[in-house]
Amino acid sequence: MNQGPAAEVMRGVRAGLPVAVGYVPMAMAFGVLATQTGLSFFQAGAMSFAVYAGASQFASLGLLAGGASALAIVLATLVLNFRHFLMSVALSRRLPLRRGSDHRALAAPFVLGFGITDETFVVASLEERLSIRFFLGLIVTVYLAWLSGTLIGAGFSSLIPPVIARGMGVALYAMFIAILIPGVKKSWVNGLVAVAGGLLAWGASIAVPSIPSGWRIVIAILAASAVGAMIGGGDDDPAAEAEETA
Amino acid sequence: MIWLMIAGMCLVTFVPRVIPLLLGRNLVLPRWISRWLSFFPYAALGSLIFPGILTVVEGRPWIGLAAGGCAALLALKARNAIFPVLVAIAVAVGLQLATAA
Repeated sequence: MNQGPAAEVMRGVRAGLPVAVGYVPMAMAFGVLATQTGLSFFQAGAMSFAVYAGASQFASLGLLAGGASALAIVLATLVLNFRHFLMSVALSRRLPLRRGSDHRALAAPFVLGFGITDETFVVASLEERLSIRFFLGLIVTVYLAWLSGTLIGAGFSSLIPPVIARGMGVALYAMFIAILIPGVKKSWVNGLVAVAGGLLAWGASIAVPSIPSGWRIVIAILAASAVGAMIGGGDDDPAAEAEETA
Repeated sequence: MIWLMIAGMCLVTFVPRVIPLLLGRNLVLPRWISRWLSFFPYAALGSLIFPGILTVVEGRPWIGLAAGGCAALLALKARNAIFPVLVAIAVAVGLQLATAA
């Protein structure tokens, strides 16, 4: 097989194509929902351009619709996306990053880190010959799909019938569920923590409706995770996890 | 307000993604913190799915539940999120049309 630099990037692009195909409708759903929630075309696009984190982008729309403050939404984003921290730790053990002072060595962590999503992490973790060029090809392909899908959805949202748009609203929850299930299959404690998180958020919405929904979710996450940590048995060593999935 | 929120979201998403790659193998966390952190995604997913999934179609919470149930069943078998998401959308659209007054 051709081992040239360009071939290595192309290998990553090919690995990213199935993910990209799935990202487009999800990103379109985000674009449609964003404009329905009151964001402008540019705000929806900027979110996919600069934040680039599907789950928290959808979550921010739900929280905005529920009247949450910007600070609560940012905190919820931090908590929700902290899994990327663990994925980044796992990838840092496998990506052959060089120490160096040239611009490539300096820029690599920023560029590669920005491209970490649940899906790119999984594809990269499952790749036997993981190289920086492969990962670059992968993340650029997937990123462009997410961005263009968002712009299409936000630009043409008025042409999409409300029945379809509401149906696309379920994409968010279906994606959360599809991300959750593999973790539950790995350890029942993960499922227990998720159920605890849901029940706590629901209970809080009934018991103390005066607390904004963003904060309820932050509190539910901190408490439910503590329950899991006390029971143990999760995947608390990302490096071991990466080796396991490699 | 929206632009501030986007800037804040950008920052808190970017920093955790990049720091481990910057630190490489020098990063060591206390065991109890990494254990607690490891459950954050699952707790977050749980509290985001429920009770929000009940509100996908206003006044008809079972449509969200049915679509989510289909997604969960398919996710048990599927290798990625694409297929469950597309089927869930189809179920949610189909049920709305089938039960339209």
